[in-house]
Amino acid sequence: MGLTIEASHIFKAYNGHEVLKDCSFVFDRGGAYALLGPNGSGKSTLFRILSLLERPDRGQVRYLENGRFISADLNLRRRITLVLPRLGVFNTTVFRNAAYGLKLRGLAKGEIEARVNEVLDMVGLTKKRWQPALGLSSGETQRLGLARALAINPEVIFLDEPTASIDPVNIEIIEEIILTVKSRREATIIMITHDPGQAQRLGDHLLVMKNGKIMARGV
Amino acid sequence: MESLIAGLAGSTILGVNLVELLGIIWLSLKVSVSALAIVTLVGLPLAAFLALKNFPLRGAVINLFNTFMGLPPVVVGLFLYLILSRRGLLGFMNLLYTPAAMVLAQTILAFPLVVSLSHAALVKVDPIIRQAAMTLGATSRQQAVTIIQEARYGILAGVMAGLGRATAEVGAVIMVGGNIAGYTRVMTTTIALETDKGNFALAMALGIILLAISLLINLALRAVQKMGRTESGIILWD
Repeated sequence: MGLTIEASHIFKAYNGHEVLKDCSFVFDRGGAYALLGPNGSGKSTLFRILSLLERPDRGQVRYLENGRFISADLNLRRRITLVLPRLGVFNTTVFRNAAYGLKLRGLAKGEIEARVNEVLDMVGLTKKRWQPALGLSSGETQRLGLARALAINPEVIFLDEPTASIDPVNIEIIEEIILTVKSRREATIIMITHDPGQAQRLGDHLLVMKNGKIMARGV
Repeated sequence: MESLIAGLAGSTILGVNLVELLGIIWLSLKVSVSALAIVTLVGLPLAAFLALKNFPLRGAVINLFNTFMGLPPVVVGLFLYLILSRRGLLGFMNLLYTPAAMVLAQTILAFPLVVSLSHAALVKVDPIIRQAAMTLGATSRQQAVTIIQEARYGILAGVMAGLGRATAEVGAVIMVGGNIAGYTRVMTTTIALETDKGNFALAMALGIILLAISLLINLALRAVQKMGRTESGIILWD
């Protein structure tokens, strides 16, 4: 169990504008990585490519398990997830949002209920589980995003600015949740943040991006 | 039971036999609901296809449906009449002056409306929804279902508009149905006939019944929408 991600010489351009220029690195399984960098440095594009939402123009993203490459099919897509900065909340209840990924996988009702209750408890949304998800505050919405992602037990979780535009109390709650996930060492966590302090608190490895390139890395 | 029917058969409202009146209302509902069922079964998958799949001339097809939303009923009636008449393309089916011909007319009139409005509701869904579904492991089909679920209120509004167009239709229906008493006479055609005869009281009464049916349909659909927003509600998300 556990996936290693190997990105080699990734290039990506939109309308002739090069967003990623020769990005190469390896994310080891079970690690916690924080990606820092100014706006427009290519972090979110890199995440979309790593999470298989988009293909690079050049270069390769490969997932390895026990030293063997795995093909980038639906099975692999279902072992990883990306929490988008603008979440894309479904117009239904908090519970059904959290249950979405499990329903896609055809799990039994009882299993879904147990798992969803567990993650909603983890993110502190149990009391709001039957409320419309679109009525949540921005902090609660981000927590729901985490619950929705964690419900499917991902082996790699990409978090694109999970604490952007939310209040300090919710930032603290979300950091606690991420630390809990990290302590279990069941998933590789790769997150984008603009806060160097947060990067240090949550990440074991730091990467800095600028102008589409990884400029620095450290532990 | 027999005495009840006999009693009803004898009673009249504003000069019209009650059983005949109930028959007119029943046929109106039967024709419009049948047309709507066909429109929904064929039109919604088509709207989803137009909204979610890219193919050559897609824009032209959408423009065509948008244009056909304003199809003049008498023109539809005329074309259908020519097609269904004895020498027409489908004359061998003997559909002219039957309820089936009326269903066909209402289907043709409501179809572009339901397709266009449903398509508009589907393309209005935030693209982030599809991305969110992808990040959680949805297949292409599951992504499409998710988008349809997100657009459900808009789609429902489109279907309601289609039902409105079907029930209110008179021009095409009278041309291909013939307004035959006890066979193809529906509320709208009766209103037109009774107005011609100067029997305004009955025409007005039928108009009010038509409005009341529309109101009931609207109330029912609003209730469904409200339920859809609560957990105890309908199964749109199961």
